[in-house]
This record gives sequence, C-alpha cells and structure tokens, in this order.
Amino acid sequence: MSMEKVDELLTKPLVVINLGLSGFADSLEAQEVEVIQVDWVPPAGGDSELMDILDKLM
Amino acid sequence: MDIKQKIDQANEMAVKRMIEGDPVLVDVAPASEVIPGMQGKMITHSGPPIEWKRMCGAQRGAIIGQVIYEGWADNPEAAVELLEKGEIKLEPNHHHATVGPMAGTISPTSPVWIVENRAFGNRAYCRQVEGSQQFGDFHEEALAGLRKWRDIWGPTFHKALKTIGGLELKPIITKALQMGDELHNRHSASSSLFANEMANAIARTELPREDMLATLGYVTHHELIFLGHAMAAGKAIADPARDIEYSTMVTAMCRNGTEFGIRVSGLGDEWFTAQSPLVDGLYVPGYSASDAGFDMGDSAITETVGWGGFVLGGAAAILSLVGGTPEQALAYTREMRTITLAEHPTYRMPAFGFAGTPIGIDIRKVVQTGSTPIIDTAIAHKDPGYPKIGAGLVRAPMDCFKKALIAFSKKYQ
Amino acid sequence: MPLGFRILNNQYFDSVFLMRVNKRLSEEPGVQDSAVLMGSEGNKKLLVELDLSAPGVQQANANDLIVVLRADSEERCAEVLARLPDYLKGGGGEDVERRFRTLEAGIQEKPAANLAVISVPGEFAAREARKALEKGLHVFLFSDNVSIKDEKALKDYASTQGLLVMGPDCGTSLIGGVGIGFANAVRKGLIGALGPSGTGLQEFTCQVHNAGFGISHAIGTGSHDLSDQVGGITTLTGLDALDRDPGTEAIAIISKPPGTRTLETVMDRIKTCHKPVIACFLGLQTELPNTNKAFIPCDTIDAAVKASIHAIGGDLTTTSSVEGFDNKDMLSQEGAGISTVNKSLRGLFAGGTFCYQTQDIFRRNGISLKSNAPLQKDQMLEHPDHCSGHCVIDMGDDYFTQGRPHPMIDGTERAKRILQEARDPELRVLLLDFILGYNASRDPVGELAGAIHDAQDWVQQRGRRLSVIASICGTEDDPQELKLQERMLTELGVVVFRSNARAAQFCLDLIRQV
Repeated sequence: MSMEKVDELLTKPLVVINLGLSGFADSLEAQEVEVIQVDWVPPAGGDSELMDILDKLM
Repeated sequence: MDIKQKIDQANEMAVKRMIEGDPVLVDVAPASEVIPGMQGKMITHSGPPIEWKRMCGAQRGAIIGQVIYEGWADNPEAAVELLEKGEIKLEPNHHHATVGPMAGTISPTSPVWIVENRAFGNRAYCRQVEGSQQFGDFHEEALAGLRKWRDIWGPTFHKALKTIGGLELKPIITKALQMGDELHNRHSASSSLFANEMANAIARTELPREDMLATLGYVTHHELIFLGHAMAAGKAIADPARDIEYSTMVTAMCRNGTEFGIRVSGLGDEWFTAQSPLVDGLYVPGYSASDAGFDMGDSAITETVGWGGFVLGGAAAILSLVGGTPEQALAYTREMRTITLAEHPTYRMPAFGFAGTPIGIDIRKVVQTGSTPIIDTAIAHKDPGYPKIGAGLVRAPMDCFKKALIAFSKKYQ
Repeated sequence: MPLGFRILNNQYFDSVFLMRVNKRLSEEPGVQDSAVLMGSEGNKKLLVELDLSAPGVQQANANDLIVVLRADSEERCAEVLARLPDYLKGGGGEDVERRFRTLEAGIQEKPAANLAVISVPGEFAAREARKALEKGLHVFLFSDNVSIKDEKALKDYASTQGLLVMGPDCGTSLIGGVGIGFANAVRKGLIGALGPSGTGLQEFTCQVHNAGFGISHAIGTGSHDLSDQVGGITTLTGLDALDRDPGTEAIAIISKPPGTRTLETVMDRIKTCHKPVIACFLGLQTELPNTNKAFIPCDTIDAAVKASIHAIGGDLTTTSSVEGFDNKDMLSQEGAGISTVNKSLRGLFAGGTFCYQTQDIFRRNGISLKSNAPLQKDQMLEHPDHCSGHCVIDMGDDYFTQGRPHPMIDGTERAKRILQEARDPELRVLLLDFILGYNASRDPVGELAGAIHDAQDWVQQRGRRLSVIASICGTEDDPQELKLQERMLTELGVVVFRSNARAAQFCLDLIRQV
C-alpha cells in the first residue's frame, strides 16, 4: 500500500467533514481546525432498497 | 465508464440544455392550427393522463365549461352526457407540447400563446390564464372571458406579436426575478414589463381602436398574464432535455387535481404518479381548507426549470399571499439547491448575493435527502363551479421520485 | 494604457450588482480604469466619453454585458478578464446559514477535505464511511454496531486506496496535536501511540503530557481492529505511518490482547520497525519476547508511559511525588477500620479500559474480580445491576447505554449506582474514574459529588467506613480545569490519582489489609 496519503494525513492540516454529532465539530473548531458540520439524515428515509439503489447510482 | 459517470455525464448534458433555453413569444393562434394532434372533438387538460370518471370536481367543471364554449353542448347536463359517453377525447397537455394552469383545459378554438425556444427550434403552447373557468367555473360569466380571449384579445396579441416579430422573454424573466417575481404566483413585475412591450406593439398594429383599447385594458390589469408565458417558456425550455439516456433529471411536473405526475429524462415518456397532495395555504374570505381540492395544474413546469417555489427566497412578497416568513423563503431556496444539478448563469437572485437560480431536479438527490420540490400554487375548490379560492405551498410527493428511481435502476442495471 | 474588453451576449444583470463587480475589478492590481455595463446606447456613449471604448465594444446591444478595462499591460488585461466568470458568480456576502444534509453536499462545500469524522447510527455508518473513502478521504469512525464483515471490507478497500480507517467504535485520535472525538489537550512531542482503546489512549497521552513530554500522533484503530477477523489492518498501517513519521521517535501500542494470529502478524511487523515499540496488551497471558531493546512489553499503561519516555531519552520522576501524598501514609489512613464484615471493593467505571486494567492488576496479584465486562469468562457477573463481593462495572457497556448518554458525558446513572452500592453493607472501597477532555462532561466530578457525599454519609451513619478512591484522566489544558476537579474530590475525602493503574494498585493494597 502506498503510504503517501497517510503520511500527508499526519503532516498536513486537517480539513474535516463531520457527519453526525455536532459536538465533534465544535471541539475541532475550538482547536482551530477547518471543519464543516453535516446534519446527517438517513438517506432515502432509511429505506434499504432505495439506499442500495442510491449506492449504485450516486 | 461506470454507471455513475454515465449518469453524471447525461445530467450535465440535460441541465445544460435547459440552461441554454432561449424562449421567445412568437405568436397567439387557435389550438387547432398549431398544437400537434389537436383535432376533432378533443380537450387537453393539465396533469398526467386521467379518465373523465376519475377527474376531480374542479377539472370536471372546467371541462364542462370548455365543452359548452366550443358549442358541443348547450348546457352542463348535455355536456356531461357527451363526456360520459366518451365522445370527447381527453388528453394531457404535456402529450401535445402544451401546458395549462389549474384545470388547464384547451379545446380547438382556444387561442394559445406560442413560445419558441430559439436555442433548439422547438415550440411550446399555453392557454390563457384567468381566474374562473380554469378553476372549474362553467357559468356564463366565466365562459364570457374565454370568448373575449378568442374574439378580441387573442387576435390582437397575434397581430401585435407579428408586428414586432416576436418578443424575447429571457430579458423580462431575468429582470423580473430580480424585481421580486417568482414566476408562478407572483408576476407583477414580469406582467408589467410585458405590458410595456405590448402597449407599443399593439399601438403599431392599426387594429380597430375598441379592440386595441380592450386588449390594452386587459393586459395592463392582468397581474398574472405572464404566467402563461412563463409556463410556455418553461415547457419550451424543458422539452429539449427529454430522452437523454442515463439522465436522472426531471423534465416535467404536473397535477390534474387527482394525481401528481413527473417525467424523467432518462425514462422517456413514462409518468410516475402519486396521489395529488393538499395545498397548505391561505383562503379567500368565505372559503377554508375544507373546501379545497387537491393540487392541480401544469404550472409546476415553472419549478421544473427552477422558478416558482425554487426562488421563493427572492420573492418574499409572495409570502403574504401564501403564508410564511422571509427566513423560511430563503430556507426553501437553499433547500432546493440540495436537490438540483446546477445554478443558472443568467437568472439570478439578489437576496442570495445574485447567485443563480437552482435548476435541474435530480431524482437521486430528492430520494437521498428526503427533500421534495416545493411549489407555490393557487387553490381550486373541490367541487365544480367555483373560481379561485386561495393560494399556498405544496410539496411534490416523494412517491413519484421513489417510483422513478426504482424504474431507473431496473432499466439501467 | 492597453485596453481589454469582453462582451457577454444576451445577459442581464442588475445595475447594483454590476457596480459591485466593477469595484472588485478596479481593485485588482494593475487595473487603472474599468467599467461593467449593459450595452444600451446611452451606456455605449458614456464609455466613449470615459475613453473606455473600442469598435468591438460599440457593437454590443442592449441585452449584452460589456466589461472593459485599462490595465498596465495587455497580459494583465487578459489575466483579469480571464477571471470574469468568478467575479460574475455572485453568491458572496450573503450571511446565509448553510445546512448540509449529506456527505456529498459537505464535500462539494469543502473539496479540500481530507478526513471524514463519522458518528451516524451504526446501520448507516459503513455506507457513509465507504462513500468517504471513495471520495479519497480518511475516516474517523466513531459509530459502533458496525458488523465485523463490514469493518473488514471497509479496511480492505481503504488499503487499496492508501487511506486510513480509524474505527469503527473509535473514540479517540490525536493527529498532529489535534484531538478528534473524546481527546485531551496534549502537547506535541516525540511519542507516538496507537490502539483500539479510546480511554486507553486518553490516559496514555495525558500521563505523557503530565510528565512534561508530548505526543506526535495517537491513532485510534477501532475496538475490533486487532481481532483475528479484521487482522489488525489499521494497526499495521498506523505502525507503518508512525515508523515513517520524522516527528515520532518511539511508538506505544495500548490494547487488550489481540487475536492469536493477529498478535503474530503484529509482532512480525514490530520486528521490522526502526523505532522502539512499547506494547501494552492489557490482560495478555502469553509471554512476549523481551529480547530486543527496541521492543518493550508492558503490563500497565503507566509502565508503557515510563518505557516510552525512556525510549526517547527522557526520565520519568517517581510516581508518589506526582500525587502529592505519601502512599504508605495514605494507605494506613484509609485502611484503618477494614472489618471482616464490610470489605468489598466496588468499581464503577466510565472508561472500559480502566475496568479491564483494574481486573488485570488484581488478577496478577491473585485476586479475581467479578465484572459485567470480565477479563475471563468465569469472572462474569450474574447480572450487571447487582454486585456481590469484589466487583468492577463498566458503566459504558451497551447494557447501560441503550437510549442513555455514555457515562463520560453524563453522570446520572453512575450517581444512582453509587447510592445503590452504598446501601450494600458489604461495601468498603469505592473505585471511580473521571475522564476530562473534549466532548466529555463539563463537570465530571460535580456530577457525582452529591452521590459521593450521600454515600459517605449513609455508610458513616451506620458506623462503617467507606474509602473512595478515584483516578482522573486529564491535563491542565483540558476545558474542565483539572486542578479544580481534583480539589473537589480531595475536599470530599476522595483519594485521587492521576492514573487508573495506581488507583487500582492502591485499592488492591487496601483490600489486602484485611
């Protein structure tokens, strides 16, 4: 496995997308990390047949 | 190329076609002369296909009115008899490159607005917009309006448009969107701008003075006249984006008061329907929610091309009509951005720092996010014989999009 | 001065907007003069008067947009005009509160993102993590209840993409000094750490910080990474990364025992590491080879801290002075009055690793503790709600957290349990842990203070003694004010340690005085 991207994770500034608990985004912001909060909701209202279709098509 | 790439590529092409749409109002002419397939005893109506016996009260009323207007029957009972016998062909406007507001009924002698999409050469048609017959009112005063349109106003506009060689709609639409119109329920600015152009054009026609004055009077007092142009423009803009393989973009949304239907570019002519929803709105004094019919009309073509409910953020004035706050209006437009493919480069919204209007509804995004298109619309009575009773907001039913997504995955797997 | 222009056909822009665009153009370095107008006759005349015209400009019509400027050079004109689409994009200056509902929307907004932090419900977590990986992001996956099968598939895929999956069920990571999830404010330094235990990493990193040293990175691997089904994929990648990282000089692994095959794989990889590796596999019964100076197996987190500091050439001062009291004195003080009637130890833990380490310390000293999260099957408590004898409870276990907040965040359930244990006449020693840091409760001690006080009252009123022992995991830079939390405990008569192992050892010594 090429380690380039993992090396970068440890050396470059974090740019974060937070999916779920907003507290995690808040604590990252408090540490001056660039972060965006996604107020995630289950795709397709949680319908698994539709979620499978979306996985294939999106 | 895997399927996701094919879909992205197809959608890019589809929304580009809509963005390139260049609508020009070229003429007014009787339906039988210009609408493809309009012949014999035929009435086209709004929404997806539906038979007479399943039509809602208001649409029935409008159809009855249309029959009497055409002279196929003398009174409502005789009209109903003809319809029950199946002697009159009833077909969706959309099957004939046409759209119509509310009941949306068009018959052979109805003059229709003709809009040509100069970018692709295709044409689309829309009936007149008025406040009575299209809501199901078949009484004499309602039909008198249809006759005036046929005999005086329509022909005058025909002459005027021929005199000036057609009227470009893009500049009017662009300006109107920046003046607080949303082009579905609020057309004050666009109708004014249209009236400005028409006043000049009508004056140049050399028609009899009474006709000119009558038409000028009609156009300057009709705050919703531009809805007809916006709808025809919407249809003309959307049609070239149809039938693109692999595209998940919506090319039509319409309602007949019983069902709500959508069409998707990559799924051809198939309609995906669900029960038409109830509108959440405000009512004219004397009426209430218990009187209301279900959502009706082809006017959702405006939302299909990114106007109407999609630009509520720029039309805060509409909210006093449909009930809501400016913050909600902005939130709706923001929400619509999450289910659309692109921003229009020309049609801008000052309230959003002049960002472009959201255009190109993607059925995948609708199902994924749970956000369905928001439509602001007028409300008809559930029974025939009444004029407009209110206006409000309604959401396209999620079922339509779910059905379409499932059909899409079956077709392209 | 050279003139450049663009005509955009069939456009219309509000004049106010155009003035804003013109202002931005005129502020560009090198631009001397500019105009942005619709091509009406009046405007075209104006441009002539302003000496901002050219034949091409005059050809525009009323529905066209004219952008014309004079700049220092022709190249500069062309450069600025090339960026016209950006200027005309609009959308800036609106203070719109943007809400994002999907990962895709987030990535669209932040295309430079390199890490997705995911804490959505377990049944959706693998799907979202997979999407994030497909978009080239590393993943910190806090969600639990992801199947082992899904975990393995995610990590296998991540490997093919050169990406790291920290999780599932990963509570803590520290990357380049930034705490992700439940993490403490810890200074940067030369010691790297990794492992499946969030609170294990938290305590390790806090102890390193409190000893005056620092952490390069602490990589959470997720609680099941070292199982044989997953095979330690993230651990191995993490080891690689820390071994390559120029800022790391020693690597510590804090974990429960790996699966048998995985332990072998990890040991093989450790042999190839260039830096010293300190391995603390809490509860591991097999002997690990201690032949190589560069590999140091340890029994406790504290030992791992000491060995890591030593490996980077540092020195850890002896433990008793850290606490500020003499252990022997404190033992006799607390030990006075250990009777044969009430002599039981009850531990109520927010940190599962602390519950585990405590059991291991006792086991190595011949005492078997019962638990709802036992070291060995024969230590399983009959029912998590009822203790008997010496007993330690992991209050963060699923049984207690269904539909309730984790004890690290909210002390309500632990407070109730403290009072319940106090009513057991067997109770003599109560062992607690307090965890500070980001996303933990704002006042961990305050939440239990009332219950501790009431418990002591209850026991005393019945003529018995209760010793309350606590460990606190945190640094002075944490949001919760470590010193204040410690003082609150001391004022309650609680014996406070900055280490779970030392607190457990103290309890062990206390109990053995019977």
